[in-house]
Amino acid sequence: MNLTITEEREHNHPIRLMVSGEIDVFTAPKLREKLLPLCQDGETVIVDLSDVNYIDSTGLGVFVGAYKIQQTSSGKMILIGVNRRLSRIFRITGLQDIIEIKEQEDGET
Amino acid sequence: MFMDMDLQKQYERLLTAYIHDQREDYLYGAQQLSKWIMEQQIPPEEIVNFHIRTIKQLLPNLPAEVKASFDILIEVMIGYGVAYQQTEKLASRQRELEYEIEVAVGMQQTLLPSDPPPLPGVDIGVVSVAAQRMSGDYYNFVSHSPSSLGVAISDIIGKGIPAALCMSMIKYAMDRLDEQPLSPSEILRDLNTVVERNVDPSMFITMVYGVYDSLNHQFIYSTAGHEPGFFYHAEEDRFVDMETQGLVLGVQREVDYPEYTLSLAPNDAIVLFSDGVTECRVNDDFLTREKLAEIIHDNIGLPAQQAVDAIRQKLFELSNYKITDDQTIMMIKRVK
Repeated sequence: MNLTITEEREHNHPIRLMVSGEIDVFTAPKLREKLLPLCQDGETVIVDLSDVNYIDSTGLGVFVGAYKIQQTSSGKMILIGVNRRLSRIFRITGLQDIIEIKEQEDGET
Repeated sequence: MFMDMDLQKQYERLLTAYIHDQREDYLYGAQQLSKWIMEQQIPPEEIVNFHIRTIKQLLPNLPAEVKASFDILIEVMIGYGVAYQQTEKLASRQRELEYEIEVAVGMQQTLLPSDPPPLPGVDIGVVSVAAQRMSGDYYNFVSHSPSSLGVAISDIIGKGIPAALCMSMIKYAMDRLDEQPLSPSEILRDLNTVVERNVDPSMFITMVYGVYDSLNHQFIYSTAGHEPGFFYHAEEDRFVDMETQGLVLGVQREVDYPEYTLSLAPNDAIVLFSDGVTECRVNDDFLTREKLAEIIHDNIGLPAQQAVDAIRQKLFELSNYKITDDQTIMMIKRVK
């Protein structure tokens, strides 16, 4: 399965990555190449996962990598559009306690 | 050079004979010669050269146009020769890699414990299969005292060789803990520090670590981001999700792992597994925990080892004989 990432940049708005497909061991490098440099540059990035129905552990590793970079840069990553299945994975792994996950861009967790 | 001369003569003899009399056995002879030529790694343009030389000798009055056409043929064959050599090199490199992987697979097997150690009144079974040659799943048994045993199931991010290398780190970190009176929570804290210091930023490991005390039949465990196992309550004949809370190993330096206690009555069981089991695909969908509980239930009456083997076999059938992720299942059953 393929993964497509669309980047949206609007003036005075955080960068938004629309991710669609499955994030697994094969497609994770594509997301990593896109997301990590943005975090390194200290950007605020909203990652929209509405069209993602599967993430494997390598996929989670991309967000862990981004989280670690964020700790040392002034960047910020927010995940939105996380479905029930994905939300369960973030809960079990304990990553939901350290990574910012919101229902919607402006809504509450 | 001597070989080439010899080959030239053989080729000449065969070609001359065939031109005069198109017998089947000459063609068979050509097939045999071709095998030998490949073994000797003689490039194709060289064979074409033999052919041209022989033809020129046999038919000295060949039209000049035909003779000239041979130059083009030779040039074209040189390209083939180079490609053939490269393929040969790749094939030999692949054989070397295959051998290295074979050795690594053997080494990985030595990282896993052999049969579960005996524990009074407890029956333990475990099965672990890799999706590829090397597995990212790990399990271990650690002796805490003659009456209590530590068990661990761990899933290392990714698959294949990188995961296997990481597994050896976990194995040696756990060996340090052998015979130390640490609680599951302390063990996970310790392992978290090791992993956090030593892995790539996007790597992490999930683990469940529990200690079974055969004197009071209590199982005390902690989890680090691992898929929750099942507690089978025999008297009520139902499965309960084990409670889990705790961040995966290797992400943050200081993490607390809460401990949970389960008390087992006779025939109660604990079933632990890796996420390759729950993420096993059945007809383009994922296996549900309910379905998994059902499969376990069908086999709960068997001795633990037979039960986990049967569960694994059933999963293999359901996923259409294709496993996409490493799968490990461990069953700990109180027998009396």
